[in-house]
Amino acid sequence: MKLELRGITKRFGPLVANDHIDLTFEQGEIHALLGENGAGKSTLMNVLYGLYDPDGGEILVDDAPVRFEGPGDAMAAGIGMVHQHFMLIPVFTVAENVVLGHEPTKGGAGIIDLAEARRLVREISDRFGFDVDPDALVEDLPVGVQQRVEIIKALSRDAKVLILDEPTAVLTPQETDELIGIMRQLRAAGTSIVFITHKLREVKAVADKITVIRRGKVVGTASPKDSEAELASLMVGRSVVLGVDKAPARPADVGLAVRGLTVIDERGARVVDDISFEVHRGEIVALAGVQGNGQSELAETLLGLMPATGGSITLDGAELLGRSVDDVLRAGVGFVPEDRSTDGLISTFSIAENLILDLHDQAPYARAGSLSPSRVAANAEQRVGEFDIRLTSVQDPISTLSGGNQQKVVLAREMSRPLRLLVASQPTRGLDVGSIEFVHKRIVAERDKGTPVLIVSTELDEVLALADRIAVMYRGRIIGVVPGGTDRDVLGLMMAGVPAETAHKDAAAHHTTLGAADLEEQQ
Amino acid sequence: MSTQTTTLDAPGAQLVQQRIAWRTPVIYLVVGALAFVFFGLLTSADEVTRFTVSTSRDFVTISPFAVPSKLVGLVLSVAALGLAGWATYLTRERRKVPTWVPITFGGLVLLAFLVWVMAGNGNALPLTLLLTGALVLSAPLVFGALAGLLCERSGIINIAIEGQLLAGAFLAVVVASITGNPYAGLVAAPVAGALVGGVLVMFAVRYWVDQIIVGVVLNVLVIGVTNYLFSTVLTQNPQALNNPPRLPTLPIPVLSQIPVIGPVLFNHSLVIYLMYAAVAVLQVMVFRSRWGLRMRSVGEHPKAADTVGIKVNLTRVKNTVLGGAVAGLGGAALVAAGLAFTKELTSGKGYIALAAMILGRWSPKGALAAALLFGFADSLRQVLGNLGSPVPSQFLSMLPYLATIFAVAGLVGRVRPPAAEGKPYVK
Amino acid sequence: MSSTGTVVTPPAEPSRAPEDERPSYLQQVLDSSWMIILSAIVIALVASSVLIAAANAEVQEAATYLFARPGDFFGAAWDAIYSAYSALFRGAIFDYQADGLRRIRPITETMLASTPLILAGLGLAIGFRSGLFNIGAQGQVLMGGAAATWIAITFQAPVVVHVVLACLAAVVVGGLWAGIAGFLKARTGANEVIVTIMLNSIAVFLVSYLLTTSVLAGGGSRPISPPVGPNAQLPLVLGPPFRLHWGFIVALLAAVGVWWLLERSVLGFRFRAVGANQEAARTAGIRVNLMFVLVMITAGALAGLGGATQILGTDKTLQASSAGSIGFDAITVALLGRSTPLGTVLAALLFGALRAGSPLMQTSANTPIDIVLVIQASIVLLIAAPPLVRSLSLVHGIAKWTGRSGKEARA
Repeated sequence: MKLELRGITKRFGPLVANDHIDLTFEQGEIHALLGENGAGKSTLMNVLYGLYDPDGGEILVDDAPVRFEGPGDAMAAGIGMVHQHFMLIPVFTVAENVVLGHEPTKGGAGIIDLAEARRLVREISDRFGFDVDPDALVEDLPVGVQQRVEIIKALSRDAKVLILDEPTAVLTPQETDELIGIMRQLRAAGTSIVFITHKLREVKAVADKITVIRRGKVVGTASPKDSEAELASLMVGRSVVLGVDKAPARPADVGLAVRGLTVIDERGARVVDDISFEVHRGEIVALAGVQGNGQSELAETLLGLMPATGGSITLDGAELLGRSVDDVLRAGVGFVPEDRSTDGLISTFSIAENLILDLHDQAPYARAGSLSPSRVAANAEQRVGEFDIRLTSVQDPISTLSGGNQQKVVLAREMSRPLRLLVASQPTRGLDVGSIEFVHKRIVAERDKGTPVLIVSTELDEVLALADRIAVMYRGRIIGVVPGGTDRDVLGLMMAGVPAETAHKDAAAHHTTLGAADLEEQQ
Repeated sequence: MSTQTTTLDAPGAQLVQQRIAWRTPVIYLVVGALAFVFFGLLTSADEVTRFTVSTSRDFVTISPFAVPSKLVGLVLSVAALGLAGWATYLTRERRKVPTWVPITFGGLVLLAFLVWVMAGNGNALPLTLLLTGALVLSAPLVFGALAGLLCERSGIINIAIEGQLLAGAFLAVVVASITGNPYAGLVAAPVAGALVGGVLVMFAVRYWVDQIIVGVVLNVLVIGVTNYLFSTVLTQNPQALNNPPRLPTLPIPVLSQIPVIGPVLFNHSLVIYLMYAAVAVLQVMVFRSRWGLRMRSVGEHPKAADTVGIKVNLTRVKNTVLGGAVAGLGGAALVAAGLAFTKELTSGKGYIALAAMILGRWSPKGALAAALLFGFADSLRQVLGNLGSPVPSQFLSMLPYLATIFAVAGLVGRVRPPAAEGKPYVK
Repeated sequence: MSSTGTVVTPPAEPSRAPEDERPSYLQQVLDSSWMIILSAIVIALVASSVLIAAANAEVQEAATYLFARPGDFFGAAWDAIYSAYSALFRGAIFDYQADGLRRIRPITETMLASTPLILAGLGLAIGFRSGLFNIGAQGQVLMGGAAATWIAITFQAPVVVHVVLACLAAVVVGGLWAGIAGFLKARTGANEVIVTIMLNSIAVFLVSYLLTTSVLAGGGSRPISPPVGPNAQLPLVLGPPFRLHWGFIVALLAAVGVWWLLERSVLGFRFRAVGANQEAARTAGIRVNLMFVLVMITAGALAGLGGATQILGTDKTLQASSAGSIGFDAITVALLGRSTPLGTVLAALLFGALRAGSPLMQTSANTPIDIVLVIQASIVLLIAAPPLVRSLSLVHGIAKWTGRSGKEARA
């Protein structure tokens, strides 16, 4: 099946998310759509999948124009999609999720034929060696398996074109490798794959054809043979320096010391398991790992948001465990949360108010229980200048700012007082390249002031760019601590639970698709 | 903060065992012990409790009998304690406590309570009357709770059950009075309820107004409109407009002649049989049919439903209107005995129905059980009000509300509402 | 979120994913312009006038020969609507048919009726701003009133002291009653909407039980308390024949206090932060669960005080039905007032006027009081849906029409 987009335009208010996009997807090829976060890739795919109604342009299937009123029409035309955030119902079983929307029934009353549903799941699962239990509840399954359920779901509807939206975001490098295998298998079976990503290495590894999208427009096509730097500059519109210029770290005495920390969550799972590590003053330690291996919980426990079951966390010798969030912040901990829109900012509050969110009860902003609006505003004006935050007025709601400027507000707030520790989770998630550079520079500057810095990141690129030392977490444990700049494949294997030494050996013997691409680049 | 999905369930993961939920067995033990002390030990030994189980009109008549209050109280509460012990043992062994345990436990404690409350009372407790009353009084609650779950399972919070019951009752009375045919009222009532449901879902889906607010305000609106029409139109001509005939009783052949069970279950008007049917049909359809699967998917994860081609808002509209119609039927059940309409006739029954839905954990059979419990409390209050009792009637009236607070506070196990409930679906 | 038994999502909870970011109901109300509110009021009055006309006997009669003499029908309808609304005006604002000072008595009656609405409405407004959906003002008003009555009839104290003590008791008991819901939400995640609805009913049964027992019983067979003695009554502001008492002044002062609390205090900053984004508030070191309890206690205290003003100033005696519909009206008041103190006062005065004026409307125009409920509910439904108001409003229609004809003219 050949699928063609002609002049697709989609606007959200004044924002043009897709601007006259022309694309052709040929049968049996893997076509990568490369672009930064917010470039308009997902919007385009949602148009193609019938979720959004385009403001202009047309979709052609085998040269015949079609119109999709909803995803039902797109599926009927043979288009399947695996969304970045899985579209599975957690309390349903795998079989129920797979048949939802095209349920086999028996009898006249529309009772679902579960035996038939199970058979369907098993058949596809066996064909690709997925090993998925049709009767398992989706909420009990690991992320990687949930992704396979999504693929089964699409295939059970005879998808000829399969859209994969940022499918590797939640996978380990090794799981990513398996997914790449599956993609090749599907291609061999004649399925076209649209592979949406912002990760250059993956594109180079698997794509037959690459289209780059920037600010809602197609800016060009590229070959998988082009270098990463070429692809990157096409993607962001200027030549970029991958990595941060930073002086070697000069670590001093120990600032943060974590000893035997164990955290058990509400469901009884040991999410942080007997962890010990140290962060010295003047160094950046990165906690790397695939999402969901206990890093978020570790950061939350540091701040006092989650109770620990055992161990200790000391900052300059003083115990932090068991203290309230308020106390921990007062002890000089700056905390940049993983998800700024949920945890770091209040979208309806003004920029000025957001700049004192965790300082609102302290002098000079508050006296005797009463707030001083003028001092709050004065503080805001100062921070805005310091951090180059682009805005109209500090009294505007923070929701009027772009993601990059919002993140600058969080950083400005957390760095606006003398710090004895900075903890930053996913500090550049969803930011454009310019903002990433700014944030990275600020973090390095804080390190150079002698502050111990702990970065929690799932992005290997970020970890490699910032860290002086890297601690890799796997299933709640630290699998090993390695120096900054360690081989990507070694880190990948460690993220999959292989101890550092073995990882070094294995990596040398057996490179992953991405690691090989990495080495090729270096040569 | 948002907790991430942990990938810890693969082999070799460090899973500690789920903490044992001691709360439920402890509650059984405490309740059993209280029953043992109050309904057993503290009852005077020489008192008797009298029961009647049939009336002279029944096919099989059983003569009234008396039992020694203390002895029976002790036996019943010891049996309840035994069950509590069994539940404790099962919990410690990490085994599932079967459903019949809480039901039997509740029944035993309830019986012990009845024996205690009527001990030494000169009158006999009319058991059949009590149970029949419980069933009839619970009918509006059952319909209301089913209405609530139809809406909430598709993601619309229905606080307007009260208004739907009231509108249904109003139209049932007026139509039945005008036509002189009670079945016409039964047909009209769902229309009124569906109308209220339609307004609710229009504001929720089209204008994204908070569903709790719309529900509360709709209740006020329906009270206002029905009160107003009552004080103007109905009072101008009560003979023609507010004088409905009662829905005839249709005894089911053979079944209605079984002692006790027959008169309690199988000697009712059509609306009660409709209730049986509604519970049974919905229990199957909600959990096993295509319609039910789609409805629940919309209530749990509307975007996921949309991506497989299910029309989210249309599903919500259909189910909310259907829910409103079911609640309207509940309004008809409320006036089935040929009651004339009065201001605020429902007096908070819609809120109790909401409570029954929560207590029944959004399932039809659970809603039935909870509504029956509330109906029983109401029936007991009425019966004891006539016979005299040591418990003030206000406390019996409070029972459903207290039970609901305990339920939502998690004292009777965890309740988990549909995940997308109350959130408008915006692409 | 760590809540375990949440039943319904709090309305003001910010949506997580940016794609489903939408203004909350409260946001919508706060954003809606005064024009929308005004149009909503007008549309509600127009809609209700249809009901008024439809229920009028003369109109019904004229309708039978509508096509023969349509003038009669419209005349009768106009008469019915005019007499109803003019009676409402005379009962609530200014009675031009009365003599001397009595002419302004209606406006003082409006203030009187608005007093408990202001206080309970302020409590609910604090809750809404803090993301808590408190449906329980009804119970809190009643419990507060009962506590005030208890102090008033069982103890003796000097003039000012007695009424102050009675009001304090109302504040404490109202606060504690609402605090139950706050505590359960903080400890177990129990949804406050359900708990407060249930507490409303429990309060009614509890008070009616107390009214039959020694504590509050008046001695007769009816469940009603003995009258409140003169020392425990709220003094009159203007003196007879005006019934307006100091409760109104207290309510206005409370509004100023609530403004300071929400806009200028550290505690109010925390309340608002919890209301707008619980997760961010928690990450910023604010103890969210404690705020739930404090918000509910503050809200209940205000509602309880509202109950006290109703008993000690207006009714002078307690019944199980003393709270009337104050609690539910207060919800509509807080919503119409956009959950701001000033807005709440203005909305309470509007609904107070409807309550004060409706008895005269009933006696002189034969329009039942119940129409007030219809007007109130319609207003609140309409302001919740600005697009609906715009499409219904005449101004908009004209603007659209002139806009189109303008275009045609240019074309």
